Amino acid sequence: MSSPPSRQDSGHLSRPPQNGALLKIRDLHVHFKVYGGRLRVLDGVHFTMHPGEKVGLVGETGCGKTTTMKSILRILPEPPARIAGGEIYFKGRDVLKMKQKELRKVRSEGISMIFQDPTAALNPVFTVGQQLEAVVKYSIEGKNLSRKEIRERTLQPLREVALPDPERMLDTYPLQLSGGMRQRVCIAMALAASRELLIADEPGTSLDVTIQDQILRLLHRLVEETDVSVLLITHTLGVVREMTDRVYVMYAGRMVEVADTQELFDNPLHPYTHGLMEAVPRLTGGGVADGIAGRIPDYMHPPQGCRFQPRCPRAMEVCHQEKPTFYRIDDNHQVACFLYRDSET
Amino acid sequence: MTVHAESLDLPKGTTREKLGRGWYKFSRNTMSIVGLCFVLLVTFLAVFAPLVAPYPEHAGKFVDFANASIPPGRTYPLGTDVMGRDILSRIFFGFRFSLMMGVVVLSLVVPPGVTLGLIAGYYQGTWIDTAIMRITDIFLAVPPLILALAICSVLTPNLFNAMLAVSLMWWPWYTRLVYGLASTLRNEFFVSSAEVIGASKFHIIFKEILPNCISPIFTKMSLDMAWVILLGSSLSFVGLGVQPPRPGLGTMVAGGTDYLPELWWISVFPALAIVVVVLGFNLLGDGIRDMFAAEEV
Amino acid sequence: MSSITYIVRRLLHSVFVLLGLSIMIFIIARVMPGNPARMAVGPRAPQEVIDRMSERMHLHEPLHIQYYYWLRDALRGDLGVSLVTRRPVVDDIKDFFPATLELTLFAGVIMGAGGILLGILSAQHKDTWIDNALRVVSYLGVVTPSFVFAIFFLLLFGMVLNWMPTTGRLSPDVVAPPTVTGLITVDSLLAGNLRAFVDALWHLFLPGLALAMGGLAQESRITRSTMSDNLTKDYIASARSLGIPEGVIMRRFLLKPSLIPTVSILGLDFAGTMGNAFLVELIFNWPGSSRYGIETMLRKDLNAIVGVVMVLGVVFIIVNILVDVVVGLLDPRIRLSAKRGE
Repeated sequence: MSSPPSRQDSGHLSRPPQNGALLKIRDLHVHFKVYGGRLRVLDGVHFTMHPGEKVGLVGETGCGKTTTMKSILRILPEPPARIAGGEIYFKGRDVLKMKQKELRKVRSEGISMIFQDPTAALNPVFTVGQQLEAVVKYSIEGKNLSRKEIRERTLQPLREVALPDPERMLDTYPLQLSGGMRQRVCIAMALAASRELLIADEPGTSLDVTIQDQILRLLHRLVEETDVSVLLITHTLGVVREMTDRVYVMYAGRMVEVADTQELFDNPLHPYTHGLMEAVPRLTGGGVADGIAGRIPDYMHPPQGCRFQPRCPRAMEVCHQEKPTFYRIDDNHQVACFLYRDSET
Repeated sequence: MTVHAESLDLPKGTTREKLGRGWYKFSRNTMSIVGLCFVLLVTFLAVFAPLVAPYPEHAGKFVDFANASIPPGRTYPLGTDVMGRDILSRIFFGFRFSLMMGVVVLSLVVPPGVTLGLIAGYYQGTWIDTAIMRITDIFLAVPPLILALAICSVLTPNLFNAMLAVSLMWWPWYTRLVYGLASTLRNEFFVSSAEVIGASKFHIIFKEILPNCISPIFTKMSLDMAWVILLGSSLSFVGLGVQPPRPGLGTMVAGGTDYLPELWWISVFPALAIVVVVLGFNLLGDGIRDMFAAEEV
Repeated sequence: MSSITYIVRRLLHSVFVLLGLSIMIFIIARVMPGNPARMAVGPRAPQEVIDRMSERMHLHEPLHIQYYYWLRDALRGDLGVSLVTRRPVVDDIKDFFPATLELTLFAGVIMGAGGILLGILSAQHKDTWIDNALRVVSYLGVVTPSFVFAIFFLLLFGMVLNWMPTTGRLSPDVVAPPTVTGLITVDSLLAGNLRAFVDALWHLFLPGLALAMGGLAQESRITRSTMSDNLTKDYIASARSLGIPEGVIMRRFLLKPSLIPTVSILGLDFAGTMGNAFLVELIFNWPGSSRYGIETMLRKDLNAIVGVVMVLGVVFIIVNILVDVVVGLLDPRIRLSAKRGE
């Protein structure tokens, strides 16, 4: 593979090697063991992301988005989950093979995740300040910081997420905060840790729509103002359109399409993507939106070939038997569908 | 306390599947199976004691000084006590008292306890709630054994009164448990919708709220068998439960304490028998709790 | 709602419960068959003595008046006279109770500290042989009655192996410290008498451990199970994902929320211990309130029964308040939430 990254004095992982990918997931398989067998949730996920990019990941509930993200940081509950194959490269190093110390470095300085449910993600018996302080204190450079510096580093992210009265916030408990404020605190904690890649898992979904909008605007602003790379997971197309450069579409444990955002909206290729676009109700043009017929497959007994095939209006013979790989349609557009097998450029 | 719900992803299926899944969850833990076996064994021995015990007549008034104080051996597998009675047979009959204790007490305690809890939970925030829960607090303010002893002491000591005493002080646990569940459930939507369509309070309490409380209640009941039996044997030990010469397990243990350590088998084997019964019900109760637990993926 | 208000409310609640308890036990005591006055003066007393005693015991008055007299006396420190010992109940309690208290507190400390430590150990080495061994032992601990442990310990460590004494609170050749609290361990420390302190501890060990086994096992199981449940919670995964070291997560962020159910249960388990102390004391011939309590209960000594139950109730309530305070310290949700505590 690529040459091992060199260590600099501060202990940071250095710039990634030639191909420059920040995050690269290759053929990831994840299984869950339950009553009656195994749920083969992730069935060969491929994903690439470069520094500075803002990438969206779209898919319906249950398609494996969160599982993929938790695998990156290796915070899956292992039993019952099991990473059954594949690699996850962060700046050229395989996360799945890392030892604790290096992994901690990645978590503390490289990648941060903002969880879907901010109430569950905050420890109920510690104050916001105590939790933030722990993040800062135990980061790799934390031991070199004075108390004053630590305190400043806990206040700074609180200011960045536009929380009122950050000083008092340090002494409040999560239960005393509203849902929107908790979400902001979670974002602040992510910012306090890592600044290279931010993974936001359906931010604001558990909140009121107006609050969700505020949160998304906040994220948008943060992303614009800094050069942090963002991976935005969502099931809402509109969010993705506004905030991302590139979008992956995921279905039933596999990526089915990836394209630059505008290109995806202008030219959705995969039948599933098509279905998603069609499913969004329009204000003009009349008519109620159609859903996509059928349900996500049973992960215990998934279809043998393409996993979307049972619901696909354009399924062909080969779709029953084989799994499609990514076919490159364009520089910025790939799709995993046999319909386009011959259209590769 | 959360309301348990099966995972939405796995299809509910037929009753057969539900039982199958229940059994799967129960049997995951070998200890639960062990518990089930213990309980079945004890029940069998209790029910068929007159047929299975080697010396069934030793369970009552029986004296044979010629064969007294014999250590465990071939003729008397667990030895005899100072009156010459076979300990093994008496233990089999002793199981009867233990099981009776558990079954009778729980039958007496669960219906009123649960009902009061439901009422208190439904009328949460009103004087009814306060009144019921305050009374419950009073009963729970004293260590269980003490209260049982105190109640027992005003009655003639025998098994029946022991059961009565334990029942009188056991019901508040169920009230408290169900109160916690019901007062949370009370605010759920399905209750308000029932109220809106004019369902009677009786219906709401017993047909809507109660079914959601069943699993914790059942779990508690299975575990409680163990505790009630334990409490019963403690009372017998002190002299307030099963009276000699009847072979209550606690009574037998007490009868042997004066002869420690030389005639150790007189106390030790009944004590072990108590452990087996209580252990069995405890393991069984854990298994039942696993059976009712929600599956998470 | 501040902590002070919370404590005051708890105290008021406790007073109410105690009053209710006294009423209940009073009624139970009076429900007994038999003439209390006759029992008080003895079977051979002439009728007029019985009548005078009836007069003094207000037996002809309605029940609530009787209760009033009892309460008035009780608040003045007079719990009546015991039939069995013929002394004021208060004196009896002062004599016998500290021994029980010392034993129970000793057991309580073992239960709390030991249970939590073992639970942590078990959770840390989850599913290894250490964990499995501890789980089996704690299971046995929960299901075995205290008196069974008492008998086994007595037999094994006391009589067979002869490691520890089996009766009494002090060896006959050790000088007892002057009585301040009645707790020999505390009194000997106060008097600077280390030999008595160690000797008292040594005597406390077997009965105390036998008493503590049930609670010890229970606490360790709950600690282990809570820790293991909380391990899968999002806030732990989140802490991990933010780079906090595993050791810190375990010791700080997992431990604190996990202790809450354990400490809550500690109060209840302590109640069980207080009850079981009666039985264990009998087996070890521990000079505490068990002999007195059981004698009086078997002989239907009204005043004594009421007195013993009330004292136990008070101790239990105090312990519960302490437990609630500690839980409130651990869990801000309890402290700060506006709903009524129940």
